[in-house]
Order: sequence, then structure tokens, then C-alpha cells
Amino acid sequence: MSDVVLSLRDISKRFGDREVLRNVSLDLHENEVVCLVGASGSGKSTLLRCANLLEDIDGGDISFVGQSLTADGIDPDIVRRHIGIVFQSFNLFPHLSVADNVALAPRRALGQSRHVARDTALALLGRIGLQDRADDFPEQLSGGQQQRVAIIRALAMNPRVLLLDEVTSALDPTLVGEVLDLLTELAVNGTTMLIATHEMSFAQQVAHRVALLSDGELIEIAPTQQFFHDPQSRVTREFLARVTKQ
Amino acid sequence: MAPSMEKGSSTAPHLFSSRRRQVLQGRRATVVSAGSTLLVVIVAMVLIWQAPGGQAVREFFFSPHRAWEAFVGNPSKGIAAVGRGFFTNLWMCLVCEISVLVGGLLLATARFSRSPWLTPFRLASIAYTDFFRGIPIILVLLAVGYGLPGMQLGALSSQSPAVYACIALTLTYSAYVAEVYRAGINAVPTNQVVAARSLGLRPGAAMRFVVLPQAVRNVVPPLLNDFISLQKDTALVSVLGIVDASQAAHIYGSLTFNYAGYTVAALLFLAVTIPLTRWTDSLISKDRSRRLAYTS
Repeated sequence: MSDVVLSLRDISKRFGDREVLRNVSLDLHENEVVCLVGASGSGKSTLLRCANLLEDIDGGDISFVGQSLTADGIDPDIVRRHIGIVFQSFNLFPHLSVADNVALAPRRALGQSRHVARDTALALLGRIGLQDRADDFPEQLSGGQQQRVAIIRALAMNPRVLLLDEVTSALDPTLVGEVLDLLTELAVNGTTMLIATHEMSFAQQVAHRVALLSDGELIEIAPTQQFFHDPQSRVTREFLARVTKQ
Repeated sequence: MAPSMEKGSSTAPHLFSSRRRQVLQGRRATVVSAGSTLLVVIVAMVLIWQAPGGQAVREFFFSPHRAWEAFVGNPSKGIAAVGRGFFTNLWMCLVCEISVLVGGLLLATARFSRSPWLTPFRLASIAYTDFFRGIPIILVLLAVGYGLPGMQLGALSSQSPAVYACIALTLTYSAYVAEVYRAGINAVPTNQVVAARSLGLRPGAAMRFVVLPQAVRNVVPPLLNDFISLQKDTALVSVLGIVDASQAAHIYGSLTFNYAGYTVAALLFLAVTIPLTRWTDSLISKDRSRRLAYTS
């Protein structure tokens, strides 16, 4: 593992009186895949949304390739062009064709020409085998296809880090596989990813390290083998016992 | 194996509707509905015709000869043509509709702006819509039509009444249409904005390329509704001395003591508003089925 790309230091976040993140610290290295696991409501989504400044943090610091993102003059719109995020609910733009969904941000945020942006979009769609669906609209695709388009829409910005927020949770079980396959391929190719997930076998396969969040606290972060086979914390052991029983 | 399956087809229930229902639901239903509609119309007409004042009503409102005279006008008798007046209603409606669509959109987007620099525009947009939605349109027409010329503001004060009428209609209808746009913008899910912003789009770009295109699709039917109201309200410009269809009909009435001109004007308005209304309704039902298809 080489340089730290994204470093979260003592992140705290409150929604009103409720403390959803308490002093969470986590480093993500270049080409590394870290899976965030934990029960629903443990703060995984909030941590991801804080990491690309969709939510303001109440304490701590985020640094991205050595630059503090809480410093004065940081432009969150520019930060988000380097830290991509994909959501549970796809959120494709229903009024745009599949290719235009992918090409919109490169054109309108990066100022790429229409041709360049479209060519990039078609090449990316080719990678996921959907080039012949380029001019269809999102609702004409299956859920799994929509989520894969959402992933390459984020990749079209060529981000340094990709955050994935339970991207298979809204999918029919038969469609989960194709999305996880795409993520596995990205991991093999060295995409730096922080993945919130409930899919333990997937985490075991692709993650370099796994982190457990519980009630807004980072309980344990460890290399994948150690996390699953020799967890240090009692909370982790209980969590693993619960999820493997199913 | 369930017992009912073993009994076989001998006990299959009878699944056909009765002969009577089939006939009622078939082609005869169309004939019956057309017949009953015709009957109701005839009864209504007979009632008007046979009323004690029926003769006078026919003469004053429905005389074909008078109606034609009112429609084409008669310059030698100083009678303005209702048909020509209606042309004024039509072009005014079209011109105003375009400026209203633009004005309403500007007002609505100003209201959603988050930039502190645009705070005065946001507040002005709120005040504007509250103000113009709250005053009767006829007062706005009078205020603009007689107020602006009186202010002696050079070119702004030396326009024709038609220009003032258009300004007044645009002022009021922009406020209504801004509210329609606002409802459309609010109906776009927050997720869409979050998705756009998470890709690094600026707030303005997210509004322009993601929110507004969806918002406008949402509100085409209510926008057409306002368009129909605007078309009717062009009749109010007669208070500024513009000879539109209703004013021409009024002139015809006062010169000839016959009101057929009003009937002609009403029919001309209906000839435009009824097709527009039908079209709006069909768009609404298409939109409904499209949305239902989404959720399934």
C-alpha cells in the first residue's frame, strides 16, 4: 500500500441531538478497497456523505491527498469532482438518455465538448456491455443495469476515490451479482474504493481491509482475513456471529 | 391434488355475462348514449324557444342575419367587426403567453436561488408573486394603462394601449405561472439534486440541466390551464379602449340594440378554448398513465 488518498480524522456528526458519528478515523490508501460494514443506522451512509462534503461535519478533519477539506476556500463542488459517490437508489436522471446521464457532468462540470464526453460515455458503457442501450432512457433498464450505469456515471468524472453507499441494497437478489461483478472488476483494476455494504462474502472477496461501524463508532478496522477470522473486538465477534447465522 | 381439480370440467362455473349485458355493453350503447344526448339538447332548446320571452331571446341573441353582420362589421354604419376584434384577442394572447412563460421562469428560479448575492431578487420574487396574485387583473390593466402614460417616462409613456395591455397581462400572469413552475420544481425529488451535486455540478447547472427539465415536464398541463385563462382574460383589455371581440360586440349592441355580437364573441372564444381544454385533458391523462407505468 502506498500513499494515503483520503484520510478521515476524528469525524463527528450530529443530527439535532442525535450523535450519528463519534470520532471516526479511517485512512484510505491509493488502490485500496475498504469495506464498511455494520447494522443499518450505524452511520455508514453518513460517513460516506461527509467524506465528499455532501454533509457538513461537526468535528474532526478530512484530508484528500494531503489537503485539508475543512480549510477556508475549499470549493465543495470541485472536491466532489474528485471524490465520486454512488447511492443505494441509483438516482439516474430520468429525462436524459443513458449516454447523456454519463456525459452530463463531464460536459457541464468539466467543460468537455459534446463529442468527447459522448465518446467517453460510450466507451464506459461498452465496458459494462450496455453500449447498445446508450440512447434508451433509465426506466427502460433493469435495476442492476441502472445501478451499473450509475457507477460508470461516477467513473466518467475520473475520480481519485469512489464511495459506494449500499449499492446493491435496493436490488432484486437476482440482479445483485452483476453489480458486485462490476465492483470486483474495478477493485482488480486498482480503483480506490470505500464501500458500505451488507454483502459479507463480497467484502471477504474484494476488500483489502474491513471496518465495522456500530452506533456511530468505528469499532474495529483490520485486514480482511484478520477481520473475519480473528476479530479483536467482542462487538465484531457478535456482529459476525449475527450475520453469518442467517 | 385439490378436490376441485378432480371433479373435472363438468362443474366449471358459468363465466359469461348475460345476453342483456352484452347488448348494453356492445355497439348499441354508443347509439343509446348519442340518442340520449340529442334528446337532452333538444329539450333544452325547446325550453328556450317556448319560454315567454323566447321570441325576444331568439331575435336579440340568436338572429343569424344579425350575427353575421356583427361578425364581419359594417364600416359605413360605423360597426366594428367582432371577428376582427377577436384577432386582437388572439395575437395578444400569443404575445403575452411567450413573455409570461419567460417571466414566470425567471421569477421561479430567482426564488430558488441560494446565492447570498441574489437575496434581493429572491425577496423581490416572493413579494412580486404575492402582490400580483392578490390584485384583480382589471385593476392592474387600469393602473398600467393610465398610470404609465401619466408618469411621462419618455418612450415608456407613449406606447399604444395594446402595449400597456400586454404589459399588464404579463405582470399578472407571470405571477401565476411562477407559482406553477415552483410547484413543478418542488415536485422533483431531492435525490436528483443530490445526485447532480455529487457529480460536481454547480447549483446553477444542477437547476438548469437536471431540475428544470423535469419540473417543466411535470407542469405542462397546469401551464396550459393558465394559457386558457389568459386567452379569456384578453377580453378585459377593452377597459383601455382597445376594440377586441367583446368590445366590438358591445359597440354593435349599442348601435343596433341587438346582442347577437355577444353570442358571436362567445362562440369565437369557445372555438379556441374548447379544443385547448380537450388537448390539455388528453395530456393530463397521458401523463397520468405514464406515471402509473413508472411505479409498476
